[in-house]
Amino acid sequence: MFQLKQQNKRLTAAFVGAAIAVSSFASAGYAQDDAAKQKGYEIAARSDRSDTGFESSEVEAVMILVNKAGQEMTRELSFKTLERENEDVGDKGLTVFSTPRDVQGTALLSHAQILKPDNQWLYLPALKRVKRISSANKSGPFVGSEFAFEDFTSTELKKYDYKYVGEDTLDGMKMDVVERFPLYKNSGYTKQVSYIDQDIYQVRKIDFYDRKGTLLKTLMLNDYREYDGGVWRAHTLQMSNHITSKSTTLKYGDYKFKTGLADRDFVKGVLKRIR
Amino acid sequence: MPKTMTAMDEFAVKLANTVLNFRWLILLATVLVTFGIASGGQYLSFSNNYRDFFSESNPELQAFEEFQDTYTKNDNFFYTIVPPSGDVFNNETLSLVEEMTQAAWQIPHSLRVDSITNFQHTYAEEDDLIVENLVEDAADLSPAQLEEKRTIALAEPLLRNQLVTADSRAISVNVVVQYPQLAMDELPLTVMEVRALRDQMKEKYPGHEIKITGVSMLNVAFQEAGFGDVTTMIPTMYLILLALMVVMVRSISGTITTLIMIFFASAISMGVAGFGGVALTPISLSAPTIILTLAIADAVHILITMRNAMKAGTEKREAIVEANRVNFLPVMVTSLTTAIGFLALNFSDAPPFWHLGNMSAVGIVAAWLMSITFLPAMISLMPFRVAQKTDQGDNGFYAKLAAFVVRNNKKLFYGLGAAAIAVITAIPQIELNDQWTEYFDQRIEFRRDADFSNEYFGFYPIEFSVLAPGEGGVSDPAYLAKLDEFTKWARAQDNVSHVYSISDIMKRLNRNMHADDADYYRLPDDRDLAAQYLLLYEISLPYGLDLNDRINIDKSASRVTVTMTNISTAETKEFLNNSRAWIAENAPDYMKATVPTSAQVMFSYVAERNVESMITGNIIAILAIGVIMIFALKSTSLGLLSIVPNGLPILVAFGVWALLVGSVGFSVAAVASVSLGIVVDDTVHFLSKYVRGMREKGYDRAGAIRYAFETVGSALVVNTVILVVGFAYLATSNFKVNADMGLLTALAISFALIFDFLFLPAVMLQGKGKATEGDRNDNDEENKNVSTQAAE
Repeated sequence: MFQLKQQNKRLTAAFVGAAIAVSSFASAGYAQDDAAKQKGYEIAARSDRSDTGFESSEVEAVMILVNKAGQEMTRELSFKTLERENEDVGDKGLTVFSTPRDVQGTALLSHAQILKPDNQWLYLPALKRVKRISSANKSGPFVGSEFAFEDFTSTELKKYDYKYVGEDTLDGMKMDVVERFPLYKNSGYTKQVSYIDQDIYQVRKIDFYDRKGTLLKTLMLNDYREYDGGVWRAHTLQMSNHITSKSTTLKYGDYKFKTGLADRDFVKGVLKRIR
Repeated sequence: MPKTMTAMDEFAVKLANTVLNFRWLILLATVLVTFGIASGGQYLSFSNNYRDFFSESNPELQAFEEFQDTYTKNDNFFYTIVPPSGDVFNNETLSLVEEMTQAAWQIPHSLRVDSITNFQHTYAEEDDLIVENLVEDAADLSPAQLEEKRTIALAEPLLRNQLVTADSRAISVNVVVQYPQLAMDELPLTVMEVRALRDQMKEKYPGHEIKITGVSMLNVAFQEAGFGDVTTMIPTMYLILLALMVVMVRSISGTITTLIMIFFASAISMGVAGFGGVALTPISLSAPTIILTLAIADAVHILITMRNAMKAGTEKREAIVEANRVNFLPVMVTSLTTAIGFLALNFSDAPPFWHLGNMSAVGIVAAWLMSITFLPAMISLMPFRVAQKTDQGDNGFYAKLAAFVVRNNKKLFYGLGAAAIAVITAIPQIELNDQWTEYFDQRIEFRRDADFSNEYFGFYPIEFSVLAPGEGGVSDPAYLAKLDEFTKWARAQDNVSHVYSISDIMKRLNRNMHADDADYYRLPDDRDLAAQYLLLYEISLPYGLDLNDRINIDKSASRVTVTMTNISTAETKEFLNNSRAWIAENAPDYMKATVPTSAQVMFSYVAERNVESMITGNIIAILAIGVIMIFALKSTSLGLLSIVPNGLPILVAFGVWALLVGSVGFSVAAVASVSLGIVVDDTVHFLSKYVRGMREKGYDRAGAIRYAFETVGSALVVNTVILVVGFAYLATSNFKVNADMGLLTALAISFALIFDFLFLPAVMLQGKGKATEGDRNDNDEENKNVSTQAAE
């Protein structure tokens, strides 16, 4: 779940069309808004569709936290993800920490929900106990990083309303700029502005606006590589906080797809069995 | 004009004549130069950060900056809410807090909002760990639920006496803010929103008292106090000086000319400050008042001399030249010494004092230059009539005073000397107190709100970055045990209202992870477990809060915040010293370098730092002023001797302050050099006449003293009255630092006059040689001459 992937949502144009038709029976003044909504949605959906069908993935990552004074801290962790076909439920994810040594083996299992709080289980090896964590909070920082929990999990198509705002260029590439508005009640954001390239339809940059509409963070997604089956993944994600001047870089190793993971690998019982 | 003209006199006469010949040009040039320089005023801004009171090299500031780079910066707004019922655990009050907490996220630049309603309450339910807001939908809570919330909130060390008082009388909402620091109006605009939210809540929940404190309110209070001073004090000061001028100069045109001159001098100083990029503080904003006071003295000297000359029948133009001649040297010398006194403030540790010193010095020099150019040019163009009358005035009084001093010189010398020493011995009793909320008087909202809030919550945080053994060391059980020991120790200290430490969080998580078994409310004894708890804690942290608020990035130190109640600087220092002693005695080696830091710590030492840094400044000022005195008096021994009657009154002023007031803020550091520069003026005038009496007139010492009294006695009184009124008027400032400085300086100036009149002559009469008030050879012609020089 932790790799900002676009969820597999086989939404047909008919569905989109119907939704638009229903919502736009109002005046012509709304028609333009609806057109922007529709275009925004379509661009997001195309991007989402472009890297689905991987079934499951495994990847190792290094998280580098940098504070205002430039001091660094590194964490190593691995992510396992199980893609779920049903568009109304989120992916399942398993995060295992390997360094620092004193948290080695600590594991977090997560069943993402679209508009409800995620289900999470945490395993602390030193305690040898699994605890389910019930929390409405997805906006808090993920293990001290500048990434919020929802930044990882909330790329699912249905978590937002969309609005197409225009074109822009970034690093010489032409971009579609789409605003998206979180539907999750406890979201820490009021708006995100995503930049999606027109070549391979990948998200290259996201600006996050906080609850009062101030630009809070910017995420840059670089180093995209294509894997078998036309699945694209960014390998360097850099999140910069504009308010606190802190940043977090997430560097991924090589992804392994279709690794044969199944639902049984994402139940709380497996947590204790991780080395 | 007297027959004996010195080179200086000749120059002054030449200058005065040139000025009068080109008077229109002079006026035009003055106006152009003034407006040119004053245009710099557009770059002026108000300081809105208490940090501006500390230089970059201030060790307490450096320590705090380093601390703030490591942990989350704690700029904040703090709402104190007191319900009419006296108990905050009711539906209405909790609804208010819930609504306010929600709304406060909309405050510009807010990073995080904390109250008991959105406190992330964690508890165990079988194998589940529940993390949720402590209070939700407060309006619907039953009485039993309200009691439950009370029990939880008051048992939680993170909340009790921080976000709700232990007696449930008051509750609070804390808003952490971080400004991008791009625009000057960030703070005032934010404060507007913060106040609007308060007003909105007060309207919706009538009967609730809501007051706002916090670092951001302190910062805006500096702005508001400065602004209040500018808009009320300075206009009033002009009126007071207008009244003084009318009484003393008794001439409308003279008054107008002087007002224009001092206005120009202030404008020039503000313009220079603007070009220099000064951020105005209430301290630097006392510069206009000080410039008005000092500039007027120059003008009064010249105008009184001129009036006296005209009274004696001299024609106007000649009277102007004469006034310039006799005042040229003293006005220059007094302006220079005063400017040096102010420039010495650059040695202080507090940038606002640099600004005050430099702005005042610029204004003083500008006023001096204008008093010998613009003033004569302007006055020559204005009608200036004086009733011709030979009036010896109150010279009789000064003659009697002189006789009295000569007669009783031994008594005065020993009596005043002994009294001075007695008073001076009280100086060590002065208590240095810099309670920053009390810098502001009751007219400033921040002060009233802080007084209110201090009844319920502590307000003065002291931070410790408690060092752990290396990276990840905060999870070391021995470290946590020591941290807990320190936390407990701090809680047991006097005046401590709250202590925030991760040791409490660790204990709570340990209990939570053991199905809320109370026996597990203790620190984990395994390093890995502690580290994993921290990870759990990080995962459960809410929006806007991260672990860096409490633990540094590589987890080699954690932060302990001790909040103190409203206590004096001395009490704060006692706590600081005790905490250092505790660390020295109890901490393991890796923890020994842990030091207290915070704005409160900075202010606790601000007086010492400034007094310390001003020692060099004062020595240089004394030396420079001494050199000028030697020049002005043309006598090395007199020049050096003059330092004694000048230093004594300043010390006596401190002594009297110690006896009458007792405590003083860091402005005390500025008083010595500023008042030294001013009080020497009297001595310059008095001794220069004394010397002239001896050298030119051939008087003996007693005769020279009488001569000095008669020639400058009344001018010194007039001068002192103006200065004392001007500086004492600073006491009406919104800002206590100015009030202290103004009153102390006014005291020093008053004592200086007494010493110049009663002690200085007595000093002159001590030692070898017979001082007789005998065969004096003054005659009528001399006396007339005396009166023309009355204002020197």
